[in-house]
Amino acid sequence: MTFDSEYFNIGYLDSLSYKDTFVHRLDPRVKLLVSFVFILFVVSFPKYDLSGLMPFFIYPVFLLTAGDIPLRVIAKKVIFVSPFALFIGIFNPLFDTSVLLTLFGIPITGGWISFLSIIVKFILTVSTALLLIAATSFLGLCEALERLKLPRVFVIQLLFLYRYLFVLLEETFRMLRAKDARSFGKRGSEIKTFKRLISILLVRTVERAERIYQAMLSRGFRGEIRMLRRHTLRVQDFLFALFSVSLFYVFRHYNIVSILGETLGRTLR
Amino acid sequence: MSHHILELKDVHFSYPDGIEALKGISFRILHGESVGLTGANGSGKTTLLMNLNGQLLPTKGGVSIGEIPLNKKTKQEIKRKVGYVFQRPNDQLFMPTVYEDVAFGPVNLGLTPEQVDERVKSALETVGCLHLSHRPPHRLSEGQKNAVAIATVMAMKPDILVMDEPASNLDPKSRRQLINLLKRFEHTKIIASHDLDLILDVCERCIIIKDGKIAADGPAEEILLNKTLLEENNLELPLSRQNVIYKGLNLKATKAIPEKGLTT
Repeated sequence: MTFDSEYFNIGYLDSLSYKDTFVHRLDPRVKLLVSFVFILFVVSFPKYDLSGLMPFFIYPVFLLTAGDIPLRVIAKKVIFVSPFALFIGIFNPLFDTSVLLTLFGIPITGGWISFLSIIVKFILTVSTALLLIAATSFLGLCEALERLKLPRVFVIQLLFLYRYLFVLLEETFRMLRAKDARSFGKRGSEIKTFKRLISILLVRTVERAERIYQAMLSRGFRGEIRMLRRHTLRVQDFLFALFSVSLFYVFRHYNIVSILGETLGRTLR
Repeated sequence: MSHHILELKDVHFSYPDGIEALKGISFRILHGESVGLTGANGSGKTTLLMNLNGQLLPTKGGVSIGEIPLNKKTKQEIKRKVGYVFQRPNDQLFMPTVYEDVAFGPVNLGLTPEQVDERVKSALETVGCLHLSHRPPHRLSEGQKNAVAIATVMAMKPDILVMDEPASNLDPKSRRQLINLLKRFEHTKIIASHDLDLILDVCERCIIIKDGKIAADGPAEEILLNKTLLEENNLELPLSRQNVIYKGLNLKATKAIPEKGLTT
């Protein structure tokens, strides 16, 4: 993974959020809250309850398809962070060896079940968070956070982060290219060089911050930034929130998979 | 209208590290005048501009806009009167979208949302960027960023427009559009640039700064055609006045370009 490809990756995720689909049009506050509630529901499942989690896949799948977001982009990122979840659960099969059920004659221990449920919970929560970002413009998210009463200082920090992320990345990009153009093989790519690059980047950033602050002062900045309000809650936002949260509630309290299985079994018999 | 007069009296400025960037600059700019400011690299152009709207305060001497002397108390008021277009649009555009960026100044002036909206739209209209209002600045081209940066200042309706190298990084067409735009503004303008053709096109008066002092101040046509003066200041004749015409050169000519064909 090189710096260049990562740079374009961020740009790509950013460009996805400018699409215009049902999911993109939803009020960011609603998307944020529903996703948060979703994550709470998912993590509230007991560790052996694997089948109960399955219906929850409907939410990320909905965001993915209705938001017209390529599965590959999200899957790649989920896999990229998956080691964290793997290492949390990897020893469960060793410690918890009580046999819970036998499938086709193979005994399945509680450890394996709880390990799998950690993985499933991880996929559900992380993919939802990523999809939320991909299907909501960063500004929308910031607006949502602001209107949900997050302290303004944090929101403004995020906004500046978003504004200058690309500028700073390009600056780094140029410096790295200038370094590459004059270094051959290992010479010129020592840690020492990178230490200097980073320190120069820091100095330049401080100088830039100074100039930006002057630009803000020149236009009457007195410690307050007011943001535009782009979104208003509409009927579909309420319906979406109501429908999804009640669906999560049903999934949490009734094991849809076993109910389905039983009905299917009964009709077959 | 005497309140748009900009006057500098023996302005000195030293940076905290002891470098004396301005060593006694005095001039008077009248209402509606457009003045080009030029000089070698490091001669003090940007420092001078920053002293005009209170980003820096003179260490000695005084700046006054109209009847108001520039000091710590009047800094806010001066900033409103003197619109400053920064050299790098990336520094100037810090809000998440073009619309919000242009609205930043008017909002800080305490205007009502309707007034803000009207100002933003007319400023963007002036620079021909109304269609960009909902774009984030990092997705604009350099020329678009430049135009929007000017709009952010225009939206504050300043009396005096100060610009630092407005045409650097622009392609010839964008540069031409900028020149046409600047010609249309009736503001008092102070433009610092190395683009002498731009100064010749836009400004009737030109000031050359050398080592923190004024080396020349007069009509642009006169100063910018004074070859020795320009060369003393690391400058050269504007391209449009170099008059190098390949007289005998046309498509039919098969011979090498004759020496005589070059007239200066």
